[in-house]
Amino acid sequence: MTEPLIRLDDVTVTFQGSPAVDRVSLTLCRGDIVTVIGPNGAGKTTLIKAITGLQPISGGTLWRQPDLRIGYVPQRLDLQPTLPLTVKRFMALTGKPQSEYQTALAETGVAHLLDASVHHLSGGELQRLLLARALARQPDLLALDEPAQGVDINGQAALYELIRSLRDRLHCGVIMISHDLHLVMAATDRVICLNQHVCCSGYPEDISRDPAFVDVFGRPVAESLAVYHHQHTHQHNLHGDIIRPATAGQAPADHHPDACAHEPR
Amino acid sequence: MNLVDVILGDFFWRAMLGGLGIALVAGPLGCFVVWRRMAYFGDTLAHSALLGVALGFLFHLPLNLGIALTCVGLALVLVVLARNRSLATDTLLGILAHSALAIGLVTLSFMPDVRVDLNAYLFGDLLAMTRRDLMWIYGGVVVVLGLLFRLWRGLLMSTIHEELARVEGVPVERLRLTLMLMFSLVIAIAMKIVGVLLITALLIIPAATARRLASSPERMVVLAVVAGLVAVTGGLTLSWEVDSPAGPSIVVTAFALFLLVYALVRRQRL
Repeated sequence: MTEPLIRLDDVTVTFQGSPAVDRVSLTLCRGDIVTVIGPNGAGKTTLIKAITGLQPISGGTLWRQPDLRIGYVPQRLDLQPTLPLTVKRFMALTGKPQSEYQTALAETGVAHLLDASVHHLSGGELQRLLLARALARQPDLLALDEPAQGVDINGQAALYELIRSLRDRLHCGVIMISHDLHLVMAATDRVICLNQHVCCSGYPEDISRDPAFVDVFGRPVAESLAVYHHQHTHQHNLHGDIIRPATAGQAPADHHPDACAHEPR
Repeated sequence: MNLVDVILGDFFWRAMLGGLGIALVAGPLGCFVVWRRMAYFGDTLAHSALLGVALGFLFHLPLNLGIALTCVGLALVLVVLARNRSLATDTLLGILAHSALAIGLVTLSFMPDVRVDLNAYLFGDLLAMTRRDLMWIYGGVVVVLGLLFRLWRGLLMSTIHEELARVEGVPVERLRLTLMLMFSLVIAIAMKIVGVLLITALLIIPAATARRLASSPERMVVLAVVAGLVAVTGGLTLSWEVDSPAGPSIVVTAFALFLLVYALVRRQRL
């Protein structure tokens, strides 16, 4: 059932001799959600572009499933204001019938904007339109370059939730770049921390404790993420004391990160 | 048959037919110039057309062919040089545009046997249009409109967002090349009408006028064609009535129409 969609082996992309992406290996299967995080200039966008075929690679091998259909959401959509374009016309350019792209618009919550000009959309609406456009092509793989930028904080959580439900329904793979560490950790299966090379990767719960992750993002970030995840394993009462569930014995206290802000010292 | 002969036998109507033919292709191509911010690029190609005239004389080629080949050559040089990115594109265009124009003028001056009316090439000589010119123009119109119709979705998509188009399997590079070839062809045939210095105006002004009124890319193209047709008709009539130079009169009419539309029509919501 885990059908691989793309496989990267030691993929390297160099710009004028210096590597932007350095020997990255990764396999993405149907149904996976992989999130790429990392500081600015870490090569995240370059990696996504290599996967979509927009960026030629300088070394290693990149295998794509034959006839892989990719739905791409670029980081920026610079639209020329001299080109009059409605949401409807933009969606119609996918070549799909209106019934199909209308469903995609409804799914991302922007069906009411059908006759609006793309030049008057807010940042969040534009992101949802781009996602709808990617969906309308019925992709095997969604490649999203910071899908939640320009979206307010409530909208971001909803957007990541939407991406997850789309994965479940379309049964496609998802690879996305994100800066919203807290929000994305809850909506992803696997996290890759990129800093030219893959400095660490794994499940969201583990990665925030990885020394390599702490190196890149610093201790405060890593710790705040650790706190976030431990909210799944226990609850606090109004005084901030931890309420141990009946099965507390299975989750020993020494697994709790020692710097957890809620932990009584 | 008689009527056709009467019309084609009259220099004014030949000029009118030629001008209208150019307006038919300048509309859609002008929209791409405006959408893709290629105004300076169009200018550069047009300037190089004079070099094409000189080369045409030098190698005894038909002038239209000389111009078209030079434009194509220059477009290819531009594509290669732009990839290097050691110079900004507008700097590169500035260098090539004026160097091509200057080399063309110098080359022509070395050919004493060739009596060239420079004015005609710089500002157009519409009223000297021959039946042969008309054949060139309408041949070009058929080719360009046919190509645009066939490649429309891909051209539009790669104009809106090149990377998105590429991921969706649109052959972006090939379409860009095709578009440049179409520009070269149109410049070669339009030079006779408005001349090297005014071709870009005929591409840009009708398209810019149409932008104010259009709510979709296709409607903008149609309106740009209409604006071009009005400019040609109005300009030639003006030229006939007050004996003004034909090419500049067309551009002046296009500009007047542009001002009128921008003054009268409120900004579109789309």
